[in-house]
Amino acid sequence: MSKIPADLKYTRSHEWLKALPEGIVEIGISDHAQESLGDLVFVELPEVGRSLAAGEACAVVESVKAASDIYAPVAATVVAINVQLAESPELINQDPYGRGWIMRLRPTAQLADSGLLSALDYQALAAAG
Amino acid sequence: MPFIPHTDDDEREMLSAIGAPDIEALFDEIPPNLRVTSLDELPAGLSELEVMQLMAARARQDGRASCFIGAGAYEHHIPAAVWSTITRGEFYSAYTPYQAEASQGTLQSIYEYQSMMASLTGMQVSNASLYDGASAVAEACLMAVRANRRSKAARILLPRSLHPHYRAVTLTTALNQGLAFDTLPFARDAGHVSLDALAAHDGEDFTALVIQQPNFFGVIEEVDALTDWAHAREALVIAVVNPISLALLKPPGEWGAKGADIVVGEGQPLGCPLSSGGPYFGFMTTRMQHVRQMPGRIVGATVDADGRPGFSLTLQAREQHIRRAKATSNICTNQGLLMLAGTLYLALMGAQGLERVAAASMARTEELVRALTAIAGVRRVFARPVFHEAVLTLDRPVAPVLAVLAQRGIQGGLDLIDHYPELGPALLVCATETKSSADIEAYASALSEALRPARAA
Repeated sequence: MSKIPADLKYTRSHEWLKALPEGIVEIGISDHAQESLGDLVFVELPEVGRSLAAGEACAVVESVKAASDIYAPVAATVVAINVQLAESPELINQDPYGRGWIMRLRPTAQLADSGLLSALDYQALAAAG
Repeated sequence: MPFIPHTDDDEREMLSAIGAPDIEALFDEIPPNLRVTSLDELPAGLSELEVMQLMAARARQDGRASCFIGAGAYEHHIPAAVWSTITRGEFYSAYTPYQAEASQGTLQSIYEYQSMMASLTGMQVSNASLYDGASAVAEACLMAVRANRRSKAARILLPRSLHPHYRAVTLTTALNQGLAFDTLPFARDAGHVSLDALAAHDGEDFTALVIQQPNFFGVIEEVDALTDWAHAREALVIAVVNPISLALLKPPGEWGAKGADIVVGEGQPLGCPLSSGGPYFGFMTTRMQHVRQMPGRIVGATVDADGRPGFSLTLQAREQHIRRAKATSNICTNQGLLMLAGTLYLALMGAQGLERVAAASMARTEELVRALTAIAGVRRVFARPVFHEAVLTLDRPVAPVLAVLAQRGIQGGLDLIDHYPELGPALLVCATETKSSADIEAYASALSEALRPARAA
């Protein structure tokens, strides 16, 4: 059974969101997502400062068997990226909710809570998928 | 393993599983006006005997002329072992099996190919080949836009002296994908891209500069200066090269201070016959830094669970059968059979053999140009050094002259009037190691005769 921390929000495309101070949101992929992808070999990160539209593909996680896009859950500006992933993409496999974070965003629109899932709802989605 | 097609029962079962009434229903997305409902335009089938007779007649029209046409496809001697090996049952397919790792021999041949191409071009990594030289240039432009994240313009500088077919295929492929192209003129006296021509683009945002070496006219470009100029403006350099020429010329990995970033070209000169224009294969090599933006697949050396050496496909995750619309290419994964011909050719020739072929081709071309320009009315156009092709002008339209030569069994070169009308009656000629002094003398005397009547008149 994969880990789904109760204090995070989730998307249907398997990203997690963590609220940081000053309105910043940290994004990564769920334990369930990293398990399904298998060993990650490469992460393509956006440039810091890039403006993203809600739902825009902004990063790519590539495993030995598939390459998947990461989508911006909200219109936002990229304020930080996890540069360690360039050398160590396996951090996402080892610690998806911690050292495997992918990017930090400053939302430029209201974070539409309606589109996001609670840990409980995401658990149901992951169990079904 | 025998090929077992699905039965009518299988089809019914699959259709009912997805709730489709019949196979036709699977195509209902295609609008009726785009469908071809009858094939009336196709002639009726021929019997085997009729096909043999037709092809024998065609074969008589082909392959007997003494060919002095280059222009992107070159006649070289192919050691007999190349095609006698390739046509063995174990190899005779353009395809890598779907479970590629089950076919270790195929993967090993691709691995050897990649190693030789990386070494020949002076780059770090090669893919397993592409469709042909023209599409390889288009792919390189798309790749440069993915790789150069500094440039926002998606603009590529294409020399007018790039092969016109490569240019056309690149525009067809890339214009609909949001790329823009600017044309660089060639120097009228020397045939190369001069630094003066680049000055117009100083201060502009462009993604990459394409440099063909030797260019379509056979002319040697100032690759070091061009490469450094582009790099100083944070643009990538796409080298388009003839692989045989690399036995003598500096490999793109050593151009300028930093070397080219992406190297592509037509692989045909390596072991593939002219065969009326194809099939050929394209090649592409690059630096490790850009490997994830490179289209196609790579075969890597690895070890299995028991530690035994073996080969496996890598970077497949970016191919179209896995990544669909976001794949790094939707044109071609690799051109297996022709790539194998190239691999065997390189292995049989070796570095010294390749150098001898390149040097002999250069010498023959020099001999040809000397013999032809000795004829009144024939002039050499560009002053700069050439590899194994040169542009000549005649004192009258080229096409009728070529027709007269063809009657004498000589393919005299390529008439440039359609592609480069600004050059006037210009002819692109080429001689490789396959041409003897007698062949060249025969051409010169036929041309001299073809030009004589009008002079007398």
